[in-house]
Amino acid sequence: MTVGIVMLVHNALDRAEQVARHWTAGGCRVVIHVDRNVPRKTFRAFSDALSNDPMIKFSKRHRCEWGMWGIVAASQSAAELMLDSFPEVGHVYLASGSCLPLRPVQELIDYLAARPRTDFIESATTADVPWIVGGLDHERFTLRFPFSWKKRRYLFDKYVDLQRRIGVKRKIPASLVPHMGSQWWCLTRQTLSAILQDPERDTYDRYFRKVWIPDESYYQTLVRLYSSNIESRSLTLSKFDFQGKPHIFYDDHLQLLRRSDCFVARKIWPRAERLYQAFLTDQAGAMKKTEPNPGKIDRIFAKAVERRTQGRPGLYMQSRFPKHGAENGITSNPYSMFQGFSELFENFEGWLGKMTGSKVHGHLFAPDQVEYADGHTMNNGALSDSALKRDYNPEAFLTSLIWNTRGERQCFQFGPADNQDINWMIARDPNAQISVITGAWAVPLFKSNRNFADLRKEAALLQRIESKHLEVLRSQFTKARVRIWSMAEFVEAPMEPVQTIIDEIGPAHSRRLTEAPTMVDLEGFGQFLQNLKNQGMHPYLMGDFPVEQGPINMPKPVRKPYLVR
Amino acid sequence: MRIRRKRRIVRSIRKSRELNVVQDHTGRIRPGDILLVSTMRNEQIRLPYFLHYYRELGVDHFLFVDNDSQDGTLDYLAGQPDISVWHTDASYKRSTFGVDWMNWLKRKYAHGHWTLVVDPDEFFIYPFCDTRPIRALTDWLENSAIRSFSAMLLDVYPKGRLDEIPYQPGQNPMEIASWFDSGNYTIKRNPTYGNLWIQGGPRSRVFFADSPKKAPALNKIPLVKWDRKFAYVSSTHTLLPRGLNQVYDDWGGEKASGILLHTKFLDTFTSKAEEELHRGQHYAGSAEYKAYAEQMREQPELWCKWSEKYINWRQLEILGLMSKGNWA
Repeated sequence: MTVGIVMLVHNALDRAEQVARHWTAGGCRVVIHVDRNVPRKTFRAFSDALSNDPMIKFSKRHRCEWGMWGIVAASQSAAELMLDSFPEVGHVYLASGSCLPLRPVQELIDYLAARPRTDFIESATTADVPWIVGGLDHERFTLRFPFSWKKRRYLFDKYVDLQRRIGVKRKIPASLVPHMGSQWWCLTRQTLSAILQDPERDTYDRYFRKVWIPDESYYQTLVRLYSSNIESRSLTLSKFDFQGKPHIFYDDHLQLLRRSDCFVARKIWPRAERLYQAFLTDQAGAMKKTEPNPGKIDRIFAKAVERRTQGRPGLYMQSRFPKHGAENGITSNPYSMFQGFSELFENFEGWLGKMTGSKVHGHLFAPDQVEYADGHTMNNGALSDSALKRDYNPEAFLTSLIWNTRGERQCFQFGPADNQDINWMIARDPNAQISVITGAWAVPLFKSNRNFADLRKEAALLQRIESKHLEVLRSQFTKARVRIWSMAEFVEAPMEPVQTIIDEIGPAHSRRLTEAPTMVDLEGFGQFLQNLKNQGMHPYLMGDFPVEQGPINMPKPVRKPYLVR
Repeated sequence: MRIRRKRRIVRSIRKSRELNVVQDHTGRIRPGDILLVSTMRNEQIRLPYFLHYYRELGVDHFLFVDNDSQDGTLDYLAGQPDISVWHTDASYKRSTFGVDWMNWLKRKYAHGHWTLVVDPDEFFIYPFCDTRPIRALTDWLENSAIRSFSAMLLDVYPKGRLDEIPYQPGQNPMEIASWFDSGNYTIKRNPTYGNLWIQGGPRSRVFFADSPKKAPALNKIPLVKWDRKFAYVSSTHTLLPRGLNQVYDDWGGEKASGILLHTKFLDTFTSKAEEELHRGQHYAGSAEYKAYAEQMREQPELWCKWSEKYINWRQLEILGLMSKGNWA
């Protein structure tokens, strides 16, 4: 008993020749089908080169096109020739010209000899397969597909539409239940001959002729009628990308292929010299001493598909520039924006950095300069601190900053005096943690020693800007984690909100806060607000501050550990 | 758009009269060969390594336009069987900075070929370029029905003054200029042509700090399966028909892309900048070169604390400057 290899070949004939000789050298029989699209001269040269090997035969040539019947017809003719001319063949293995045997041929022969009644063919009902690309699953069996998807896409699509509209439904032959699976199978002589010699074959062939991609369903369906023992998997390693095209193996996949548990791999790049070298000349050595680890191959190709379809969240680059709303991650990592904290607390930034271990910047969007942490003039990725450059594209500035510092949490201060152009982006970003003490911008005004008329004007402006920002933050489109307190509310009980924010930032930091940030002295602040009111400017964002000394429950010289709860 | 494209093509045919063939080996171009097209002026010192690099990658034939070099470029190229050369002393500026000349060469010789258009100081990096020849890439692109491939220009520069280490002919310029900016780029979409407009990097950081809007464009689409109906519009930034500019995914996924390492900033740069300033043959009234010449007199160091040292394509892909897409 031996194994017959049916090879479907359409290009890279030199490689096909090499592989065919390898099969026969290992004791297999080979029938080659060469696509009719190959020029006759080329075919002649190819068949002449192989004519000295009696174990190789050539079958009747059909025109093969992806998704069309020709491929099935080719495999039928080749399989018939195989069964007729080589009676010693027990199993027939369907392979292509770009397939490469990974293990010694003898191992395959032994493996199949030990399972003389088993058909290896991936075969599943349409409802149960996740890998159908293109949206046509059951319909490929109930509509007609006379037009090539590759060459005449327009007609293909229109004809499908038309059939859908007028509700055409083909009748599936009564005895058949459509199944699908990898086109690369290995069937026993009994099963294969039963399929090919079926008295109803004409009916089936006529039906499948107009099915879409019949090579993935013809044998897969018919095998269910005859086989007593189907093992629904392919012995050929073949990975498909998101468009249903097979992934190609190159020289640098050598180590990977060594760890495969499959007998044959496809598709191999015809110029992958090292792969052909390794697996065709020194096969025993190639697979020796390597524990099969097919999961690794799976992972690599699954990752590639994910990279193509999902991309890396928060990355904007030459080949990934998502449109508004399709970002799949506006930024790459979580970050925190604080509004009003550094105004209300002395040295808030230093304290926050110490408590959370994250990078705490000043006002990144300050009007005159980017205030990086520790007074740096530049940041990761060679981002400059020029306000001009930042404002040229503030959104790109922020997404770059977050991308460049992956692995390190970024926190920054924000306020109504800063560039407001990024407000919407940050609000839409689920990675953003936004904490706002409204009205805290008045504290520096209160502390400053400027003319009251100026202060009044600036307070009015800042209040207007902040309240616009608050509208954004409270909008239904906001996806960020937003917390807003009025200043009065916050000053009432400052530690609880701070504890919550810090807990959210630092997962490693489960301790209770031992050291509270120092609040600035607010004595007289209420009066300051009252003065603004008296001037006709109503500061409402702070909440209600009594004119007399506010209820600030932080004793001024707090220096002993402060425990909340 | 069709009219614009036609106009480009007609213009290139008209401008082709300025080209005089010096060495025509195009008869050796075989179907399926990968071609490289370039315009150069006084770049002889760079050519030995340039040719070595691209021959290693698997480029089969080079088509060069020599814009009146005075440094023996023609003598150097003479007799090399895989190089065809045209000479012109016409205005670089008036040929749309060489685009017209090269559009014509491609129209005539590159129809149906994968064609790489790069300057002599640009080195093409693509995913797996250390293990797979460029034909593996073009075969894969072809298989995936992709016609054009993006490679952003990445400026590389030395640590220290630009003129500190003199560049020797044949030397890998990356030995000297091996640093780059990894994350200060901004992108806008150009609604007219559908391509991206990328700016940033050291040139924007140092030379255009006060006017980031004027910083040079870094987006490039240098590798195209050429058709005689195609035309580059400005340098290799923009192509027509517009579909060729769709080298990026806008639904969140990543298409495969590469990098052009731009080794402009060697010791040869300072004198080049002065010369080009006087010739006034570059884009936007040579504004770029004006900015260079001014700055170079004062502070010829591009390196900074956050510069990254170039290692390989995998590093660039991890940094998010290029992508493997679904090529694995």
